[in-house]
Amino acid sequence: MEYKLIYTAYRDGLKEGKLLGLKCNQCGTYICPPRKVCPECQSEDLDIVELSGKGEILTFTVVQVPPEGFESPIAIATAKLDEGPWVVGNVEGVDPNSLTMDIIGKRFTVGYKEIPADYISGGDRMALTFKL
Amino acid sequence: MGRLGREIAIVGVGMTPFGRSKKDQLEMFGEAAMDAINGSGLKPKDIEALFLGNAVGDLSEGQTVIASHAIAEIGLLGKAATRVEGACAAGTMAIIMGVMAIASGRYDIVLAAGTERQTVSGTAFATRIMNTGPHHFYEEPTGLTFPGIFAMMAHYYAKKYDVPLGELKDAMAKVAIKNHKNGAKNPKCQFPSITDLMEKRKAKAKQEGKPVPTWADEMDFLHDSKVNMMIAQPLQLFDCCPISDGAAAVVLAPVDIARKLTDKPVIIAGFGQGAAGGIITQRDFTRLIARESSAKQAYDMAGLTPKDIDVCELHDCFTIAEIVATEGLGFFDFGEGYKAVERGDTVMGGKIPINPSGGLKAKGHPVGATGVAQAYEITNQLRGNCGERQVEGAKVGMTDTMGGPFASVANIIFKRGW
Repeated sequence: MEYKLIYTAYRDGLKEGKLLGLKCNQCGTYICPPRKVCPECQSEDLDIVELSGKGEILTFTVVQVPPEGFESPIAIATAKLDEGPWVVGNVEGVDPNSLTMDIIGKRFTVGYKEIPADYISGGDRMALTFKL
Repeated sequence: MGRLGREIAIVGVGMTPFGRSKKDQLEMFGEAAMDAINGSGLKPKDIEALFLGNAVGDLSEGQTVIASHAIAEIGLLGKAATRVEGACAAGTMAIIMGVMAIASGRYDIVLAAGTERQTVSGTAFATRIMNTGPHHFYEEPTGLTFPGIFAMMAHYYAKKYDVPLGELKDAMAKVAIKNHKNGAKNPKCQFPSITDLMEKRKAKAKQEGKPVPTWADEMDFLHDSKVNMMIAQPLQLFDCCPISDGAAAVVLAPVDIARKLTDKPVIIAGFGQGAAGGIITQRDFTRLIARESSAKQAYDMAGLTPKDIDVCELHDCFTIAEIVATEGLGFFDFGEGYKAVERGDTVMGGKIPINPSGGLKAKGHPVGATGVAQAYEITNQLRGNCGERQVEGAKVGMTDTMGGPFASVANIIFKRGW
């Protein structure tokens, strides 16, 4: 069966201000970012849905020694969307070096930013952003 | 899961020093491989197949088809050679592939090895290469690094178990002190003890006519953010393993043949392997899906429990990773691993000595070689060859190797075959 929601369609959704995901018609699980099957029941019976784009921060770090092509400090968080899935993104709108563990549990709205390609990225990249 | 058709043992081991090497990954492989073959009383022609752990050799040295070039190093043209890639777990996965190839009946004598040269890339590009481990669309473009991934683990651990971050960080610092202290007794280790590092810095300051630092002890040194700088909050330099070069190799054979080759065959009693995507497919940073699956497979196959393990080499790529691994392998209850460090349960002579070799933290972490180097250490521990860092009377040992962002874990349990 054809892949339901490929990366480029997911990315185009973000460019239009929509966080797209999948909903499993068998068990109701929400999936974001997209995958081929439901992680809970392995069903391929999935529908594309627009998610709320809101959630809460689970944990974070501030990278001081970046990979080539990035500038530090970089505030990165793992977060749980209100519909359940985990996502990784950059925390925006704050001084990265001011972040403490108080950020855990904070609410945010999802956005995105484009990241230039490099030799091994296979094209342009994008990262989710979390605006507190 | 089924049982193996044959019981398999390690007959010989080899390893280069870990650290910064002038040799490339094929030259280092050649040294480690020949030490393992010679130590087994065999000739290269006796090897029927090679499984080679190598994570990023295509990016760091521009070398693909590395297993073929590796087998040519030791003159085995025409034999089967397979690269095994699983990031930092590649070496252990290569041993498991070798064990299963012999168990199938197809081969008798197999060489499993790992090699990696990463210092040649420099920090920025080596960090970019390593961040090919996270998902390339959905994780990597945030600028996430491996210190960053395990930094998120540390914050998650502190929050989940309601441990003050300072208390957790002091336990993490004690992991670093322990592993450097162990590694100082390992001639193949990249770094000396932290005490030695302090003395070297003091001597250098004195020589250069600069103010000589007055650290009271190792913990005082690690609290000094000028020398122990922040890498990714809350991880500082000494919470992180280094970028390293190195290779290691083991020769595997069925037990009946192994007994003819050596008085001390080290039997592969059990193994496990699990994979679980990246960060976004986890459900808890302190309960890693891949490790819990892999460790259970290994214990079930061996018919052993965590209490039976006398010595363990585990994946301390970062200090918090060691604490979480000691829980995931069942040595301590979940949320109790940091207290075990405080109590000294994991030091030499403790309840379960962890990383007598110095671990990834001090010995070094040439990623594709790491799992094989862990097997090298456990083989030598069970054979009683470890001198000053010997765990007295060790009969059963375990390795734990993790690749990627909690992505792949492989475990092996070893026991004396004599």
